[in-house]
Amino acid sequence: MRQARRSPRELVDGALTGDRRALARLISLLESDTQAAAECVAHLHPRAGRAATVGVTGAPGTGKSTLVNELAKAFRRQGRTVGVIAIDPTSPFSGGAILGDRIRMRDLSGDDGVFIRSMATRGSLGGLARATADVACALDAAGFDVVLIETVGAGQSEVDIARTAGSVLVVEAPGLGDEVQAIKAGILEIADVLVVNKADREGAENTVRALQAMLDLGAAPRAVRHHGQVMDVPDSSPPADRASDWRPPIVKTVAVEGKGIDELVAAIDRHQTHLEASGEGEARRRQRAEAELETILRETLLARLRQQVGRVELDGVVDRVASRELDPYTAARTLIDG
Amino acid sequence: MDRKIRVLIAKPGLDGHDRGAKVIARALRDAGMEVIYTGLRQTPEMVAEAALQEDVDVVGLSILSGAHMTLVPRVVELLKQKGLDDVLVFVGGIIPDEDVASLKALGVRGIFGPGANTTEVARFIVEQVE
Repeated sequence: MRQARRSPRELVDGALTGDRRALARLISLLESDTQAAAECVAHLHPRAGRAATVGVTGAPGTGKSTLVNELAKAFRRQGRTVGVIAIDPTSPFSGGAILGDRIRMRDLSGDDGVFIRSMATRGSLGGLARATADVACALDAAGFDVVLIETVGAGQSEVDIARTAGSVLVVEAPGLGDEVQAIKAGILEIADVLVVNKADREGAENTVRALQAMLDLGAAPRAVRHHGQVMDVPDSSPPADRASDWRPPIVKTVAVEGKGIDELVAAIDRHQTHLEASGEGEARRRQRAEAELETILRETLLARLRQQVGRVELDGVVDRVASRELDPYTAARTLIDG
Repeated sequence: MDRKIRVLIAKPGLDGHDRGAKVIARALRDAGMEVIYTGLRQTPEMVAEAALQEDVDVVGLSILSGAHMTLVPRVVELLKQKGLDDVLVFVGGIIPDEDVASLKALGVRGIFGPGANTTEVARFIVEQVE
């Protein structure tokens, strides 16, 4: 059906020299073929690391896609090129997906400085697709200055974006029920910048106050993580030499009207500067590398074990666990130790 | 390899009726495909560019305005220009019988009217792509 496929190496070379078709093909490969992906990433990884990666997450309906559209336009006005990864969930029943984020990104069409790719989660939880980090790496290596990653509509536990992006925006909107409920626990803790979108709506001030209160409660877990104790972070601009001194600013936007976007871009830039000045960026890069490596190790070791043990024996062990003849821990130990 | 069939469902032109497009999008998702839906009032340029960036196997154009003889040739031409001539193009909507032959001559592989069975469309795509 499709024309002769180019080799992974050819796709990488094409993508690195501005061939958009090759980049698109490369992304498909990263998504669907782990073996070829490994080969590609080996070439992409050394060339990446220059782009500012920005994650955009939040509950469904808060306006993430529209915000990404406006952010991309703002970065373009500054002359920065933008890659966008927009993620939507895969249906657990059919394995299919409807990827509709481009509907709100039509303004970005016709600009060679922008590349948008929709991705389906393909069964992975946590708000991202499995290949998200690899695709971000490809866009980064291809030379995009900013990589915007829009997660699936996330609630409380889809926090993988914190392990993938440099700066994380958590988007809230007034009138989506109990604001504090919507942003409690996990998702608030990963925010580097809090965005109250649809800020022209009634209740926007309440949302801002609720978020302030949450921050005042001393959430700032990244501070805790770094110093092992909760630090009292002052409201005014803190000295930049302490990693813990970043208090997520709350930025109000009306994305459909482009309001507040310049302020948001400024907040993102401040955070990116803070990351480098404080050493936090380095620490996060290391954490990301570790998490990525662990994931790959886990997958590789599992694949190797599957191969060694063989389908039949594995099925036999599964049967014994299912019938409670064997407990899963003993089963795992037996499989690993042979 | 776990390659999913990726389909762009686009509504070029000015008519504002996207019910058919959405029904098809859902049917194809239920058939296990990844469907990129781009919304109303797309120019042929936007359609071709989205097809390229999303690396789709299939482009489905929904046109109810009667402008298919202008829009479809333009989309097909732009896809060719971008090196996407291997992408399967099908058209849905209100297409008079006398236009079917000329659309097929352009390389449109499937044409589906308002009464088309969605399972049939999904089966058509799977057969053509694989």
